[in-house]
Amino acid sequence: MEQLKTIGRELAMGSQGGFYQSKEFLDLVKSIGEARSKAEEDRIVLGEIETLKRRVSEPDIPKRKMKEYILRLVYVEMLGHDASFGYIHAVKMTHDDSLLVKRTGYLAVTLFLNEDHDLIILIVNTIQKDLKSDNYLVVCAALNAVCKLINEETIPAVLPQVVDLLAHPKEAVRKKAIMALHRFYQKSPSSVSHLVSNFRKRLCDNDPGVMGATLCPLFELVSTDVNSYKDLVISFVSILKQVAERRLPKAYDYHQMPAPFIQIKLLKILALLGSGDKQASENMYTVVGDIFRKCDSSSNIGNAVLYECICCVSSIYPNPKLLESAADAISRFLKSDSHNLKYMGIDALGRLIKISPEIAEQHQLAVIDCLEDPDDTLKRKTFELLYKMTKSTNVEVIVDRMIDYMISINDNHYKTEIASRCVELAEQFAPSNQWFILIMNKVFEHAGDLVNIKVAHNLMRLIAEGFGEDDDSADSQLRSSAVDSYLHILGEPKIPSVFLQLICWVLGEYGTADGKYSASYITGKLSDVAEAYSNDETVKAYAVTALMKIYAFEIAAGRKVDMLPECQSLMEQFLASHSTDLQQRAYELQAVIGLDAHAVESIMPSDASCEDIEVDKALSFLNGYIQDSIEKGAQPYIPESERSGMLNISNFRNQDHHGASSHGLKFEAYELPKQTVQSRIPPATLASTEFVPVPEPMSVRESYPTTIVPSASSDAESTELKLRLDGVQKKWGRQTHSPATSTSSSTSKKTVNGIKQVDGSNTSNSSTWETYDSRKHVEINSEKQKLAASLFGGSSKTEKKPATGHKISKPSSHMVEKSHVRKSSMEIASEKKALVHQPPDLLDFGEPTVQSSDPPSVDPFKELEGLLEPTTQLGSTAAAATNSPDIMGLFTETPGGTHNKDDSDILSSLSKQPVTNMVGGATSTQVAQSSKGPNRKDSLEKDSLVRQMGVTPSSPNPNLFKDLLG
Amino acid sequence: MIHFVLLISRQGKVRLTKWYSPYSQKERTKVIRELSGLILTRGPKLCNFVEWRGLRVVYKRYASLYFCMCIDEDDNELEILEIIHHYVEVLDRYFGSVCELDLIYNFHKAYFILDELLLAGELQESGKKTVARLVSAQDSLVETAKEQASSISNIIAQATK
Repeated sequence: MEQLKTIGRELAMGSQGGFYQSKEFLDLVKSIGEARSKAEEDRIVLGEIETLKRRVSEPDIPKRKMKEYILRLVYVEMLGHDASFGYIHAVKMTHDDSLLVKRTGYLAVTLFLNEDHDLIILIVNTIQKDLKSDNYLVVCAALNAVCKLINEETIPAVLPQVVDLLAHPKEAVRKKAIMALHRFYQKSPSSVSHLVSNFRKRLCDNDPGVMGATLCPLFELVSTDVNSYKDLVISFVSILKQVAERRLPKAYDYHQMPAPFIQIKLLKILALLGSGDKQASENMYTVVGDIFRKCDSSSNIGNAVLYECICCVSSIYPNPKLLESAADAISRFLKSDSHNLKYMGIDALGRLIKISPEIAEQHQLAVIDCLEDPDDTLKRKTFELLYKMTKSTNVEVIVDRMIDYMISINDNHYKTEIASRCVELAEQFAPSNQWFILIMNKVFEHAGDLVNIKVAHNLMRLIAEGFGEDDDSADSQLRSSAVDSYLHILGEPKIPSVFLQLICWVLGEYGTADGKYSASYITGKLSDVAEAYSNDETVKAYAVTALMKIYAFEIAAGRKVDMLPECQSLMEQFLASHSTDLQQRAYELQAVIGLDAHAVESIMPSDASCEDIEVDKALSFLNGYIQDSIEKGAQPYIPESERSGMLNISNFRNQDHHGASSHGLKFEAYELPKQTVQSRIPPATLASTEFVPVPEPMSVRESYPTTIVPSASSDAESTELKLRLDGVQKKWGRQTHSPATSTSSSTSKKTVNGIKQVDGSNTSNSSTWETYDSRKHVEINSEKQKLAASLFGGSSKTEKKPATGHKISKPSSHMVEKSHVRKSSMEIASEKKALVHQPPDLLDFGEPTVQSSDPPSVDPFKELEGLLEPTTQLGSTAAAATNSPDIMGLFTETPGGTHNKDDSDILSSLSKQPVTNMVGGATSTQVAQSSKGPNRKDSLEKDSLVRQMGVTPSSPNPNLFKDLLG
Repeated sequence: MIHFVLLISRQGKVRLTKWYSPYSQKERTKVIRELSGLILTRGPKLCNFVEWRGLRVVYKRYASLYFCMCIDEDDNELEILEIIHHYVEVLDRYFGSVCELDLIYNFHKAYFILDELLLAGELQESGKKTVARLVSAQDSLVETAKEQASSISNIIAQATK
């Protein structure tokens, strides 16, 4: 019987329908419908694709046949297979004269192509032609395609015609033209910004359909710039009034509601216009109140309008009467059996509590029911509500609940979101440090790979800085409890990488601080970590640095250090590691262990991660060295301003650099600058050739073993600090707590509105709800009540956010500068250190130097880019100054400002590749070169060679030199 | 804004897809797989909304067919539910008590009707009559074209006789 029916329908379809459908096609659809498995379906579709490929390329296919093939392609693509071989045929079909065929062509291209597809350019011409057609159906078909296919580049091609169509006699065309313009606005607001008046005009269109469509672009326009549309408030209100009074044609009624979709759009616009504007809002009160009254809350569409009214009321300047109606509607939603309405109720409640926080109390049990509902969607919505109403009184309950839920789900997207919410709430409202650390541990344990790395860095800083400003014992207590919990957690089998990094850092910094654990215990744990997670370089790097810290603290305390055998084998492994970063760290560790207690203490003071590091920007510690050199006959530095006549060459260089910077990496070879430069070299550069090369003994004196020299040791200290803070401080450059400010501002609003509320509505409101509450109270079990009490307990008081939130956020801004400065000092130090133990003609010694400035992971490096700029300048300054005064002459030939910028650009683009080393390498090449060979031509050649390799030598900032040499 | 419209049968077969935001073919397949896993397994009394990748998917089941629309977080879910219903009513009026088979065999018509209802991810027309009028205008044009075609072929047939 069922089959007969099917056959009957198929027959009917074949004859009716208006579309010619062959038996083949019907068979295809049928066989796919009957396919038992996905594999079978795929097989059928692949067969079909083969057939179609053959068929569409046959010559002289009748149009109808072709149309069917195209539809079959659409079908195939709908089933998830690639039909791109047929796209061109669909495009061709849009060129057809017959509307019948054309329409199918347009349908197919809108389904096949995204706006960035190459074939679109072939359709634009057809669209242009069709937009001018005198058959309005052709125009409509073209406009449908315009909405989907026209991209930013092709907007100008069709824009004038679309605008003309706004005056088309057919309302269907006007409507589609409006929608097309709306799409254009979304794609490129600037292209249609001059047409805004057209939208305003269409608002008064005779046809309600066109007017309704115009609301879409107006909504978008209003949401970007409210103030320019305040004059329309009156019009919108009067339209809404007319709609609500059923002045529109009956055809727009939907389930006995007068044009509900238009009402909803209007309410959305009014919500935007009335937000924070008392005068505009006052115009709306009457009509919104009317709609509240007229809405039929038994139908779904009525509830949709009601919900929109609530949104509007909670957005515009508050009105007690409307708020009361809104609260009524919300309670009806929440009491309903329908999950949909409960969901909307929870959402609406979340909006309204911003204005009148006390209404949450009335619904506490309903909210808890929703929280415990098996429906995930409802649960998540409720968490969103709880997140909005978190205070320091209920934060523990809410965050605990959130974490429990977070652990229970697998959806990574939502897990990330809820984890970041937990972190945010914990940071803002944490009642105690221990609790905070506990919560963070949970978050990291279960969602460690999903949370932003900044969160980990924040926690590190918190542990380092402590909460209390003057209570040191509380801080150390916090630290030892953190160490305890981390040692405990290390026993767990699988820990996310971010969490491990955090643990390593804390153990290194504070593992032995309270004397509870011996150094060998902690180092044993750390080497276990490094071994167990041997494919995670970052974790290993953190572990090595932590080991170094522990040993350093031991040495500084005067105890003898015995490296555990497993540590030793680990070190041996790292000394030969492929990762230069790990190698560097391992060598540093080795070096530190070999030093005496005094040196180690100044290199690695304990608990100094928060100390400021003073930066001597003037590099005055080099004065003695310079004095020495000058006494030995070196030329003093001449500031650029005094070196006239160099402009020629610097201009030339300038161009050169521009070329390099605009493209990032240049692939064709640079032209050799030799000849041009030679011909242009002004006498002043000749002077630079007279510069005496650096006397060799100088650098020998400062070579490696002498690190104990005070200046050198301070260098090492800052390098070490760099290692410790890498990816830590600089990550805090940006404030992570922006929500804190926004929430606190909303609290203040709350209080204002709360006062407003008290006088009128509140009394009647709560009395009605008391009955509901008391009735409910009897039925529910005590557990729920307890939960309710803990969630809503103190909710009647609007309270100020505790200071912790600010405390966390405030230092972070201050951190920005600090870390900035520190970072650059580190860079200087590291550059310098390398130069110190660098014999002048070993070119590739620069490599480890730059490595050391490489942060442990790639990600934080991006953050670094901004910081690198001053750094390199300083670094190279130092390099030049220490090694060879005469290089300055060479360097300063290039103009300061632009050049430096170029450099940092190149640097940053390079830094993502292994080529990074080259920068340092190149610099030192240059240094070495010029100090060795006084031959000007030679050095210029070398310079150009370096350039050809795609690397520009970093050049000094002339201003810095002014500081340096007066 | 509506990002896409999906019609999926209870068995997870795709009946119609319309994408208003750009998705590559690969993404589309993934989206459909993810969503059918998410929606088809939901119980009958739960919300008609699903949170998905920071967006909302509103779905409604008619007989064995699920109509799904993906929207932004701040859109009105109940309204979307009614837009779905609006579409179904228009389809119903057009096909005369529509059933899944109508949509299977005449999916292009379902597309044409959808194009009159939604444009660029927004509801362009909420009057059922207006939609019906436009669709039938297009169909009648098709009919006349067909008649013309057949009359021409008749003429040819007669001429070649």
